[in-house]
Amino acid sequence: MASPILTEPREFLVEKVIKNYSNIFDKETLEGLSILRRYRVEKPVIFIGTGSCGVMAGAEETLEAVGTYLAKNATEAEVVRVGCIGFCSAEPILDVQLPGKARLSFQHVTADKVEDLLNAVFHRTLLPDLVLGQYRQESQESWPNVPLIEQLPFFSRQHRIILKNTGLTSPWNIDEYIAAGGYKSLYKTVLNYTPDKVCEIIDQSELRGRGGGGYLTGKKWMVTLGTGSDQKYLICNADESDPGAFMNRVILEGDPHRVLEGIAIAAYAVGANKAYIYLRSDYTLPIRIFDHALKQAKEYGFLGENIFGSGFGLNIRISQGAGAYVCGEETALIASIEGRRGMPQAKPPYPAEKGLFGHPTIVNNIETLANVPTIIENGPSWFKSVGTQESRGTKLFSIAGKSQRTGFIEIPLGMAINDIVNGIAGGVKDGKALKAVQLGGPSGVCIPADNLSVPVAYESAREMEASIGLGGIIVFDEETCMVDQARYFMEFLQHESCGKCIPCREGTRRMLQILDEITRRPREESSHETLSRFKGVVEMESLAGVIHDTSLCGLGRNAPNPVLSTLKWFRDEFEEHIFDRECRAGACHDLRTYIIKADVCNGCNICQKKCPEQAIIGTIKSPHFIIEAKCTGCGICFDSCKFNAIYFK
Amino acid sequence: MENADKILAAYSPNRKEGLIPILQDLQEEFGFLTDDLLDAAGRYLNLPSNKVYGVATFYDQFRFQPRGHVHIRICRGTSCHLYGSHTYLDELENQLSIKAGSTRKDRRVSLEVTTCLGACESAPVIRVNDASHRNVTPADLDRIIRSVKEKTE
Repeated sequence: MASPILTEPREFLVEKVIKNYSNIFDKETLEGLSILRRYRVEKPVIFIGTGSCGVMAGAEETLEAVGTYLAKNATEAEVVRVGCIGFCSAEPILDVQLPGKARLSFQHVTADKVEDLLNAVFHRTLLPDLVLGQYRQESQESWPNVPLIEQLPFFSRQHRIILKNTGLTSPWNIDEYIAAGGYKSLYKTVLNYTPDKVCEIIDQSELRGRGGGGYLTGKKWMVTLGTGSDQKYLICNADESDPGAFMNRVILEGDPHRVLEGIAIAAYAVGANKAYIYLRSDYTLPIRIFDHALKQAKEYGFLGENIFGSGFGLNIRISQGAGAYVCGEETALIASIEGRRGMPQAKPPYPAEKGLFGHPTIVNNIETLANVPTIIENGPSWFKSVGTQESRGTKLFSIAGKSQRTGFIEIPLGMAINDIVNGIAGGVKDGKALKAVQLGGPSGVCIPADNLSVPVAYESAREMEASIGLGGIIVFDEETCMVDQARYFMEFLQHESCGKCIPCREGTRRMLQILDEITRRPREESSHETLSRFKGVVEMESLAGVIHDTSLCGLGRNAPNPVLSTLKWFRDEFEEHIFDRECRAGACHDLRTYIIKADVCNGCNICQKKCPEQAIIGTIKSPHFIIEAKCTGCGICFDSCKFNAIYFK
Repeated sequence: MENADKILAAYSPNRKEGLIPILQDLQEEFGFLTDDLLDAAGRYLNLPSNKVYGVATFYDQFRFQPRGHVHIRICRGTSCHLYGSHTYLDELENQLSIKAGSTRKDRRVSLEVTTCLGACESAPVIRVNDASHRNVTPADLDRIIRSVKEKTE
């Protein structure tokens, strides 16, 4: 087919699509767009989600199996790598679009299922176990008895602005992003708006920083714009290091050009001609994708000197973080880019006035910047229509832990946590009861199951003293021990404390010690140790106050949060650990008492051999016994017994 | 050291912000950072060794020991913790006589603890060299340990 879009997509897209303000296209352009947007396909297209989570689930093997299948059957089809749609627990996800038919999505397509699945689809039948749903495509014939993706519980409550293209289009192809409406905002911005005007639009939209602080982005930009320095910098913060959160990675893997466009618009608005994107060095796939996106954008003239002939120029560099949680803090991040240890500095001066290499610097979270192109495109009042009074727009969250469904979602701010956990994530898996939800990463808060009507928004987060920026939602079931969780988060924070402020460095260490004492079997039940255990808990609350009041950065100030919030809602569990030396969830192994059932034990001797403390005695072929005083509660005997003769209480 | 000079030459000696990328490149090339490499980077950027060492030890990415033939990575993210990765870590340490974050003296095994491998839906996750083990159960762990022992003894 001799459509100009296939022979010379770049010129077509730039001249006919990006530069067309009206969004009303002639017939030829529409035809070209419908090919690029895959509204119309000539041959079957197979999409495979090859984001990091898909790859972990075996997407690369699936991709290979698809290639083998196509070669073997001499079937012609286009295979496209896409980002992750967000439904991680259904990975590997494979989509098929046949000519004239709506795009179908299949779940759990491991390599061994490829042949059966494709055989069926190409014969227009479906394997019901694997079908996830189909996409609504008006010009295409829909499949009978297949649910629409947008009506599945995981997707129906979502509002996808940033994730609009994620999982649907190829992150490796700039043309698909442009066909979906991309880079129009950048064109409009650099040619029609003054930097003041852009700051004003963003200010009117009341977009808040998605990184944690929740500061109004427009206001921050205005400060830097007003400094009048001739060298300014913009830094996109994608240094996501908290365990259980992976939203930044998902945006980069799914829609890198959206981030790129956001960075370019922001840089224009504040007058920066150099930008950095700071991401974790172990995010190898996102780095590769973004690097590729940078090259493509440069080729198309969206980066570099004199963008769209406006006189505005921008260079973006990838800066790879070397792994430090504290580098999420903006001054620490700047120190890290400058080649120093990532330690926060006292503010003011704020980076917006004096930042990287002493020049005014804007540090924005990647999610904040990913919102910018859409705000420019649709206007601030449209953006304000989503969300609540103080929290405009949407927010990405990753859901992990013991929930039925895991993955990442984009929801309008103001949605109740209950709707997220029970609605989108489908509640707790294996029929267990929900105990609590952890919001905001290691330094976030625990919310008990009966308090889940709280909306997720900046105003309620302030009340809970949590940060909604670090959008990890972790679901705890009844088998989770809250004291153990508090200890886990404290261990993480203690390790990640940069060591600059003594209250944070030593305080988190002391808190961890106290929690260790609570969750550990007493070495000797002397009065001294018991006393120190009780004293520790009393100390913990006052210590938390000191750490919060006297630390410099957010990491230190929020470090006591996991302990304080669990102590607030689950005090009885702490008391149980301290007074009864019991962990009702059975998670604190050290507190368990192991017992061998004499009537089941056949004396195979395995546990005795495995016990590292020589706490098990007995002769072969007769029941064994555990000497409680010697037992450290490691649980190795429990795991090694093949006859289920060992239990614990 | 020739390779080291080649890596250094790609950076400007006057730009001290090159330190972290230089260390990353050196580690990529040599597998870990030796005192000589740290000194070379310091001399090149005209930075005192204590500064270089300070930066290198601050970040989790940098290693000062070589990796073992079998490199085990165990995820200690929140999700994996919920599924009991801490007991798995203890078990690995005990069974393979190795401490988390180190390489055994015979250089056959190394054990690394990572914050989050980003596969929370398949927790707990353990990676042995390039193979990922997902949803690891105690029985799986036993198998993993046995196969590691076979490879290293």
